[in-house]
Amino acid sequence: MHELSLKQLSDGLASGDFSSVELTDHFLGRIERLDPSLNSFISVTPDQARTQAKAADERRSAGDAGPLTGIPIAHKDLFCTDGVRTSCASKMLDNFVPPYDATVVAKMKDAGCVMLGKTNMDEFAMGSSNETSWYGPVKNPWDHERVPGGSSGGAVACVAARLAPGATATDTGGSIRQPAALCGVTGLKPTYGRVSRYGMIAFASSLDQGGPVAGSAQDCAMLLNAMAGFDSRDSTSLDSAVPDYTASLGDSIEGLRIGLPREYFDEALDPVMAETMRAALAELEKLGATLIDVSLPNTHLAVPAYYVIAPAEASANLARFDGARYGHRCKDPANLEDMYMRSRAEGFGNEVKRRIMVGTYALSAGYYDAYYRKAQRVRRVIANDFANVLSTVDVIAGPASPSPAFKLGEKSSDPVTMYLEDIYTIAANLAGLPAMSAPAGMVNNLPVGIQLIGNHLQEARLLNVAHRFQQATDWHQRRPAGIE
Amino acid sequence: MSVSESDIARVAELARIRLDPTEVPELTNRMNNILGMIDQMQSADTGDIQPMANPLDAVQRLRPDAVTEPDQRDAFQALAPASQDGLYLVPKVIE
Repeated sequence: MHELSLKQLSDGLASGDFSSVELTDHFLGRIERLDPSLNSFISVTPDQARTQAKAADERRSAGDAGPLTGIPIAHKDLFCTDGVRTSCASKMLDNFVPPYDATVVAKMKDAGCVMLGKTNMDEFAMGSSNETSWYGPVKNPWDHERVPGGSSGGAVACVAARLAPGATATDTGGSIRQPAALCGVTGLKPTYGRVSRYGMIAFASSLDQGGPVAGSAQDCAMLLNAMAGFDSRDSTSLDSAVPDYTASLGDSIEGLRIGLPREYFDEALDPVMAETMRAALAELEKLGATLIDVSLPNTHLAVPAYYVIAPAEASANLARFDGARYGHRCKDPANLEDMYMRSRAEGFGNEVKRRIMVGTYALSAGYYDAYYRKAQRVRRVIANDFANVLSTVDVIAGPASPSPAFKLGEKSSDPVTMYLEDIYTIAANLAGLPAMSAPAGMVNNLPVGIQLIGNHLQEARLLNVAHRFQQATDWHQRRPAGIE
Repeated sequence: MSVSESDIARVAELARIRLDPTEVPELTNRMNNILGMIDQMQSADTGDIQPMANPLDAVQRLRPDAVTEPDQRDAFQALAPASQDGLYLVPKVIE
């Protein structure tokens, strides 16, 4: 059953080939057998999963099933789950059991999805390799000596190893697209505000966005149908109708104008990566698309601006972890100040502390204009560049990462080297644009992804292009060796 | 701009993170690497460009001033390291 796509599983449930209980037990068995070597889950929830699967089967018998009813999925461990520990991969929240569901979790529940468990990630989603998790790194299913990417490393690894047919994840600077590329799965970061942030533990609130990870664009479309929508509990939620993202998957892309930013294909891109991208783009040309040379001249400013804005917002968001109301509290605090300072020193890992401190510095008196204001101005310059290019082309394409998966430990000693892992993904977050990654080839026997970026609320167009590409290629169907 | 070890100690104080003095030299070094990378943006000409806080330039949505949430104090306080009589307990503040 794990060889079937989410769409095929949905059809199989509908035609009675198997029940949700059978399907759920099958995936729980795989997690138990295969996950100890991958570490893609922080918590597995077999009891809740079986209860939900039974309820899904009953719902189906009663004639009340939708396309996702009975489909098992995994949630990234930063979506609050009522009664199930939500750790954000941090010691700070190791004991945190939320008394409510995130909107995304509630919506997937309403659709009848079964939660298999909570996936591993970089601590507070700060990282590009999953190595900052308090629960240890996730291994890339394609090569256990390599990282899965991050921060949604667990979500992509569990989908790549077929431990779940789909997963929820989040993307603040590339945390869905870069790991999806490195593990050979498909992932979509929707337009800022398309998916509710309510109950999603905040990292950088003007950049954070939830989205789906699955084996194909079609499967992502099915998941996004359930995830997206206005939520009055999220003050930046977009009040805009949600289309059926599966309806336009098969549309022709004849005449589609694809912009190729020359800054994404310059000498910084590994020549083998560039060649792989060109081959993928040639496939799109065969399907009728036109490739157009474009320029995003301020691309080099995206990472610097991001590393002011994201840490600044993080330093404010993470101020709530004070040891007073929930989360880690140090032993025997001498006074209130000591409780704050030691609880935070003990509860946060080094990367989280660094980012809080960069943000605190950028927001502090005397530096606010030089850093935070400046970064916000640069942000608009970058957004304007995209607006200009997207007035002449339908989508923008390029690599999702500068290289395939790197080795565990290879970049973790130097934060700046790690930050450059996201050079192609960060700008879409700054501009709030939808963007996705789809498997586009193999480099040194490791998967790499093509990134597609569209205009605001053009998720259906991106999924359409990726789906047509996946009908013409089989990169998304490749499986890591050793994953039976 | 670069930061000194005493700047780092001050920022840690503002961020309410206790630093072990042995961590400070390496942290200062890394912070300076990060700030060096960030400073690349200073060369950008952003003249009269308005700062962007929300990527869609959305403004804060207001809702009617009505009670919409039920009282869940007990559920939330069940998570607290220490609470009593509906109050969160912290170390004594006033001597």
